[in-house]
This record gives sequence, structure tokens and C-alpha cells, in this order.
Amino acid sequence: MSWILPPSASTFAAQIDFIYYVILVITGIAFVVVEAGLIWFVIKYRARPGRKAYYTHGNITAEIVWTTIPAVTVVMIGLMSGGLWNEIKGRDSVPPDAIPFGVKAEQFEWTFTYRGLDGELGTADDFSLRNQLHIPVNQPVALSITSEDVIHAFFVPAFRVKQDIVPGLGATIWFEATETGDFEIACAELCGLGHYRMRAMVTVHSAEDYQQWVTSQTTVALAE
Amino acid sequence: MRRLIATTVLATLACGGGGGDAGTSDGGGAAAVAPLGSASIAGVINFEGAPPANPTIDMAEEPDCVAKYTDGPIDPIVVVNDGKLANVYVRIVSGLPEGPYPMLSEPAVIDQDGCLYHPRVLGAMVGQSIEIRNSDPMLHNIKAIPTENRGFNISQPREGMTTTRRFRVPEIMIPLECNVHGWMNAYVGVTDHPYFATSGEDGTFAIGGLPAGTYQLEAWHETLGTRTAEVTISDGASETVDFSFSG
Amino acid sequence: MATSAVPLEQAVHSEAHELPFIRKYIFSTDHKIIGIQFLLFSLLFLLLGGMLAGMMRWQLGFPDAPMPVGTILPETMAPDGILLPEFYNSLVTMHGTFMVFFAIMPLLVGVFGNYLIPLKIGAPDMAFPRLNMASFWIAVPAGILMLAGFFVEGGHAAAGWTAYAPLSADPEWTGVSTGQQLWLLSLAILGLSSILGATNYISTIVNLRAPGMTWFRLPLSIWALFITAILVLLAIPILSGAAIMLFFDQTIGTHFFDPTDGGQPLLWQHLFWYFGHPEVYILILPAMGVVSDIIANGSRKPVFGYHSMVYALIAIGFLGWIVWGHHMFQSGMNPTLGTAFMISTMLIAVPSAIKVFNWMGTMWRGNIRLHVPMLHSVAFVAMFVIGGLSGVFMASNTFDIYIHDTYFIVAHIHYVLFGGSLFAIFGAITFWYPKMFGRMMNSLLGKIHFWLTFVFFNLAFFPMHSIGLGGHMRRLYDPSQYQFLQPMQPINKFISISVFLLLASQIFFVINFIMSWFNGRKAPENPWEDNGLEWSTPSPPPHGNWDKSPAVYRGPYEFSSPLVEEDFLPQYRKLETDEEPVAATRET
Repeated sequence: MSWILPPSASTFAAQIDFIYYVILVITGIAFVVVEAGLIWFVIKYRARPGRKAYYTHGNITAEIVWTTIPAVTVVMIGLMSGGLWNEIKGRDSVPPDAIPFGVKAEQFEWTFTYRGLDGELGTADDFSLRNQLHIPVNQPVALSITSEDVIHAFFVPAFRVKQDIVPGLGATIWFEATETGDFEIACAELCGLGHYRMRAMVTVHSAEDYQQWVTSQTTVALAE
Repeated sequence: MRRLIATTVLATLACGGGGGDAGTSDGGGAAAVAPLGSASIAGVINFEGAPPANPTIDMAEEPDCVAKYTDGPIDPIVVVNDGKLANVYVRIVSGLPEGPYPMLSEPAVIDQDGCLYHPRVLGAMVGQSIEIRNSDPMLHNIKAIPTENRGFNISQPREGMTTTRRFRVPEIMIPLECNVHGWMNAYVGVTDHPYFATSGEDGTFAIGGLPAGTYQLEAWHETLGTRTAEVTISDGASETVDFSFSG
Repeated sequence: MATSAVPLEQAVHSEAHELPFIRKYIFSTDHKIIGIQFLLFSLLFLLLGGMLAGMMRWQLGFPDAPMPVGTILPETMAPDGILLPEFYNSLVTMHGTFMVFFAIMPLLVGVFGNYLIPLKIGAPDMAFPRLNMASFWIAVPAGILMLAGFFVEGGHAAAGWTAYAPLSADPEWTGVSTGQQLWLLSLAILGLSSILGATNYISTIVNLRAPGMTWFRLPLSIWALFITAILVLLAIPILSGAAIMLFFDQTIGTHFFDPTDGGQPLLWQHLFWYFGHPEVYILILPAMGVVSDIIANGSRKPVFGYHSMVYALIAIGFLGWIVWGHHMFQSGMNPTLGTAFMISTMLIAVPSAIKVFNWMGTMWRGNIRLHVPMLHSVAFVAMFVIGGLSGVFMASNTFDIYIHDTYFIVAHIHYVLFGGSLFAIFGAITFWYPKMFGRMMNSLLGKIHFWLTFVFFNLAFFPMHSIGLGGHMRRLYDPSQYQFLQPMQPINKFISISVFLLLASQIFFVINFIMSWFNGRKAPENPWEDNGLEWSTPSPPPHGNWDKSPAVYRGPYEFSSPLVEEDFLPQYRKLETDEEPVAATRET
């Protein structure tokens, strides 16, 4: 693909990408300095007969400089990342108005459980779909994911969302889609011979479409 | 002539496992060991009452499989045609003389086609080759979950792939499943003798090549449970044993 | 300490020449022979690991085509040459296992630890020569068990080289039982070999330094091996313990890692990475050490900031113990820990940067001889920097949400372990080959090998950053299954072809290695005009290394010293102004 990350379709995708670009610039500078320096030294100081190298064992000032600059830089990157990390993954980061979904991961499929029309999970009008997640746009959603067998990882590249799902532990994650459309869900943790086929699709609807869709599905579910 | 009939019946059994259609198909295989006798048992599996509805399968993610169905695919758990029940596995439980029994030299075949197993219920002898085929252009994995035998978990990523496996110990029944398509289930019954059959679409089954004797039979269905029957048969004779299930 | 007396006596009496062939070359207690045994053993696994990688790249580059000559593989691996997903998972697992445990680790620790430590500190042999022999002969059955896994029913271990439970704990999830058990047994046995080796290295460096070889006159290669040996001694038992627990889960029905019976899958990850991150430094510190030696030699200058280099090694060795959680940012462990582990991980950049800048400082105003070992060492620095900088992206727990378990990680680890460790290994083999075998490696073949490897390495691994940033998951049998990955298929193909060419380029090394052994130019005592003690003895050195223990008069990197005409001043050369050193550690 390209150096540019794939299209972003969730609220914190842009923030995560921003961290990427900051690190890219900082490491890019370090990369150019070091690689150019190496090439330059190899050419400029190549062996010539009759010349002796400059005899030195080092320089304290230089050591202090190149210890301090990286230390300050990486700690700053760390602080910048840490704040956003807590917003996304912190234990109490899930917005209270997020729509809850139940997700079951197992070799090699995802089962998504919807709360139906009554607004609650675990009631009679719940319904489940295999490998299909439907969510409304511009509305936080919270996925409580459990695993039936081995470790899987819930990954939506377009949303910059990834979470390992450990059996017996599970995880609750949240995100808010900002674009309507279909996006792929992948399993990102080796989970067996069908790992590469453990894919699903998330469909982001407009708010009205979503309501309509839920209504139709709930009717079907109650009819059965 | 007798021998020919027995051979045909046995060959039919071997293929009948594959076609789920015992009694009608004609196979070309032969038993490696001479049959112990020439008596046979045939019958029909009846289903009383209204059959339960089978769930539909949402196969949308596999358009290549959906294309193999004119109506939407359903999960064929209870298949009843004109009051006759298919996919019932019938075997002789006791009454047989000591072995060895004739070995079924033809492999038992199970095919994955349209993201379903064909047949759904398969009989095989201990040591008999079970040939697993993939007729779908996508990955299926086949996971056998026995309790007595050694399990396996293999994959067939391409159309046309075949894999052969065997079971070493009798076991009723060994579930097979595909984890890529969670709706795909099949069952394999493994016996140490060749006297078993699976009812076809028309509910019929036939077991041949038997010596004279008194036998206990058991009919097994994956959701409807088991039925038993006893039959006494003299050499060269043919007896009818019907079973009856209800929803 | 009784064992330590043996080599000293042997040295004094030169008994070596009377040893029968089997004692001299097979069950040898000579650290040099054991080093060469490890060299051949691990180069074999390096070759195998490379072949496994080639098969994986075939599948990734050309997922629709049967692999050429793949039809020779049995039906359980590749029917009609089409690799099966379960076999692909075994390839993923075994490529990592071979490279980490049976190639790079023994190449650095087993080969150079054994070969260089006594020679560079002026000792006649290791402190415990018989333990040393045991460490090699324990590694051999471990290797055989590991290879045997390919031939058992159910196939080889397929849960990744990290063997995450419960995938690895229960055959139900993979169909693999015996393969995974052999894998665990083999690692537990190999661990014993490593522990014996590490004990020996530490004892030898502490106790057997020649007179005048003070701690701060030790070459950085020895410092690095010393720190590494401490890491090995502390880290490997954790892996062995975890492996035995998992083995019990597999065989006798314990449930350490099985959540359905109260076990905890994350426990495996904590144990594995508590071992695994120090392991990463085990795989890079010795490379840093030998590269420091070679860069000083190639630049004809003392190592810039020798003390900083030593402290940086110690700092990396220490920090390595408190960063393991960064492998588990997305595992579901307490998110607060994520931030703590991120900060400690970020700090590793500091000693790494110190080392890089000091290597550059060493080259600055040097008189650089670009011999083959120097080429590899400069490439080491250049590639290690890329691996180090890409590490900063992953260290950010927030950005790691996106790139965790993608090809970005694969690119990173290969820039560190191939671009880093393996280039250092090629450099070090070329540098010490004349001492090991008494002959020089061919310089032209060496340069051809270097440039081809350098070019194809970058063509193969740099694009992996790019597809990783596109979201390409690792350990994926067939990327074409995902729509968002389909546009990357041309890059995958490009990477695969580069890997094939990279593998083919290694033929030049193999030819050079074998041909030079028999036909190479005879090596003089000190072909590289280096300062280390190993160059004061014939090439190859006799059993016992020296007739009389050498004395050390100065630090290891006195290149271009104004005291002498030449541009090198060996540690063992006595100038008129030098005084006889007092014995540092032992009587001579």
C-alpha cells in the first residue's frame, strides 16, 4: 500500500494516526542523521595510506548530549501516548451511552448478539448474527467479547481497534464509527488452522437505517 | 448367484455410506474376506407426526455455496420424505458370531458440498478408509471429536482435495465439524463389523451378508434418539425390520 | 574448582597432541572445538530455518500456485504441492523456533561465547571444560527432538514460536499433540545446555582473566557475552519451567493454562515474555559486542566512549527485565500496566542510542578499512537503527493498538535479528574464521555475499513495514481472503521474490565457508592487525591456547596510538614504559 495509513473511520483513528505521524517525524530525523552519518563517515574517513586515525577515547559532553536528547524525546512520546491510551483502553473509558453488544469468538467465527428493541441484552428479543456486526454511525458502541476456546483478537483496521480476547477473561472495548459503509473485521491472533478465514464484516448504518434494520431483525427473531 | 447378491449388497453398503442411499446404488467393489452368510435385513424408518422445521442457514458469506441451492439452504437435521426418515444409522449391536468379519475394501466417502456434509451420517468399519472430499472452492476444516479414538483436525483449502483417515476402535458416534462454517456437522459410526447401514432419502436401509442368527439392532438419529429391535433370521433368508421415530 | 585445574595442566604439558580423534574433535573439552561444533550445528539450523521461510513466502506471494518441488512433501503437509494451512502454521512456528533457539542464540552465545571468551581474556580454556562439552552434547538431542516433530502424526507444533496457551495446551484446538510435546521437551533440554554454558562463561570471565586483564580492559565483546550469560542464567530457567508446566497440561492433565478448569492463559504469556524479552537481548547484546570490536578494528580507532558502552550494555541487560509487558499491551491485562511498561520500554531507546552514537563516534575521523567484517558491522549499525526506531512505534502502547500482530512487527524483528544479529554474525565469522580454521575467507566472495545480502535483505523486509501499516496481519496463511489486503498482493509477491534471492545469495557464503576451509589462504597470526589477545597465538591456536599465559598491558582498543609507529598496539605488546601486571584473578 503506501506510507499513508488506510482510511480512518472511527473517532480515535485520527488521534492514533497523529501519534504515528509524530513518531514518524522524530524517528525519521534520527534515521536520516544516523544513516547519512554512516555513509558520510565511510566515504570521508576511508583508509588512505600514510594517514593515521584521530586517537581519542571519547568525549563526556557528547555522551551527555546523546543520552539526554533521546531520553527526553521518548519520555515525551510516552506521555503523549499514555493519555490517549487511557481514553481508549482505560478500565472506565467506555462512554455511558454506548450501545452494548455481545460478541462470542470461537474457532473460526464471530457471533454478534444484538439487544433488540427493548434496549437490553439478555432478554427475549435479543438476536444473534454470525460474522455480521451492524452498528449506527456517530454513536459509541461497546462490545463485550468472550472467547469459547483459544485466544483470538478482534481487529477492525479502519477503526484502529484491536483487542486480544483471552478465554476466561474476555474484554470490553468501545469505539465510535464516523463513516457509513462496510468494513472488515479480522482475527489478528493466530488461533489455529482456519485463522486466516476468521473474518467478519461490520456494517455502519446511518441512525435511521440502523433503527429500521434492528426493528426488522427483531421481528424476525421474535417470530421464530 | 448367492455370492453375487451378497457382494452387491456389501458393495452397496460401502457406497451407501457415501450416497446415503442404501439399496439403490450399484457399486463395483467387493469384500476382501468372504461374507459369513447370505441372510439380509432390510427395512424402513418411519416418522410419525409432523416433522419439526429445520433451521435455515445464513450462508451469505459464502456465495459459492449459496449458488448451489435453488431455495435458501436449510440445515437438514430431521429429513422426512412422505413419513420416512433419512440419516438414521442402523447397526447390529449383538448376536454376531466371533470375528473376523469381512473387511470393506472400498472407502467410505464423505463429501463437503454446498457447505454441508454429504452424507450427514456415515458408517465405517474399524480400519476402513474414510475418504473426505471437498467439492467447494473454499477452505473447510474437518475436526473429528471422538472419545475413544484419536481425533484429528485437518484442513482442505482447495476444491477437489481429498484426505483419507481411519479409526482404530469402535465408537458410536464420532462428531465431525467444520469450524469455518459453524453449521456444518456430521456423524461417523465406527463398528468392528460391516453390518450397518444408513437410511436414505426414502427412509430405507439394508444390511446383507449375514449368517443365520438372532440379532439386536439399534437405530440412531442425531436428535431423535435410538430405537432397538430384535430379529431372528435363517441362512439365506431376508427379514424386514422397520423402526419408528416421532418428533 | 577441581575441574578448572584440568586445562591448566593440559596447557602446561601440551597433552593435546596425544588425544585420540574422538576426544579431540567429537567429545572434545577444548573450547575452540566446541565453538566450531556449535558453529556447524547452528549454521545447519540457520539453513533449515531459511528454507522454512522460503516455503512460507511462496504461500504468501503465490497463494494460488502449488509450490515448485512441493510435491516431494508428504500429503499431510502439501498435497500436490499446495501447502496446507496447518503445515503453514507449523512453518511459522518452526521458522521462529529454529532461528531464535537453534540458530542465532547458539551462533552468538554458543559459538562466540565459547570461542572468544578464553582466547580474549587469556585463559587456556573454560573454567569447566567438561560442562562445556556437556552443553554442546545436550544441545544435539534437543535439536534432533525438534526436527523429529516434523515426522510425527498430527504434524509439528503449530501454535507459533510463542506457543500461546490454550492453543498450544490442548490438541483439540490444533490437531497437534506429539509435535507440540516434542517442541516443549526439546526447549526444556536446550535450556539445560544454555544454563551450563552460561555458568561456565560467568565463572570463566570472573576467575580466569590473565594478569593485567582488569574489568575495564575487557573487550566489549566479552562484556557483552558476560552480561548475556547472566541474562541466560536468569531467563532460561523461566522458559524451562513454563515449558514443563505446558508439557504437563498436554500430557498428564494439569490445567495451568486452561481456563475451563481454572487455569490462566495470560500466565503463559507473562512467563514466556518474562523470559522472552531478556531473550531478545540475549540475541542482540553479543552482536553489539563483536560489532564494537570489529568497528574499532576497521576504523583503526579506539572505541568511542568505552565506559558508556559498558554501562549501556548493563543498562540494556537490566531494563530487559522490566519491559516484557509491551508484548502484551493488547492482551487484556490491566491497562494501567500498559502505560508503565510503555515508559520502561521507551527508556531502552536511551542505551541503544548511546551505543549507536558511540559506534558512529568510533568511525568519526577514523581511517576506515572496509574489509568484509567491517562491511557487515557497519550494516549492523545501519540496520539495527531501523529496527530500533521502528521499535519506538510499537513501544507507544496507543499506536501499538493498530500495529500489534501485523507485519510491522515482523519487519521490526527481522531488522533487529537479521539486519542486526545476523549481519554481526556474518561479520564475526569472517573476522575470526582465520583464527578458527587457520585460513582466510575469500574477500571477493565475501563482498559479493555481503552486497547481495544487504540489498535483498532490505528489499525483502523494508516493504513489510508498509504492508504492516496497511493492517496486514502476521501469521496469515492466505492474505487474499481479505478484501483490504488484496491490493497489497503485488507487494507480497515482491517481498517473496526478494526473499528467494536473499536465500539464493547465501550460496556465496556457503561456498566461501567450505572452500576456504580447504583452500583458503593460510592465515597469519594477526591478519586483521588487531589488538586482542587471541591474535598473539598461532592460527588456529593449540590446545591450551598459549604455552605460557599472556600478560595484558593496556585496553583492547589502542588503535592509532601515538606511542607506536603502527596504527595498532595489541594488549599483549610490552612497551619499555610498561610494567609487568600483577595477576588479576589467579596464579599463573
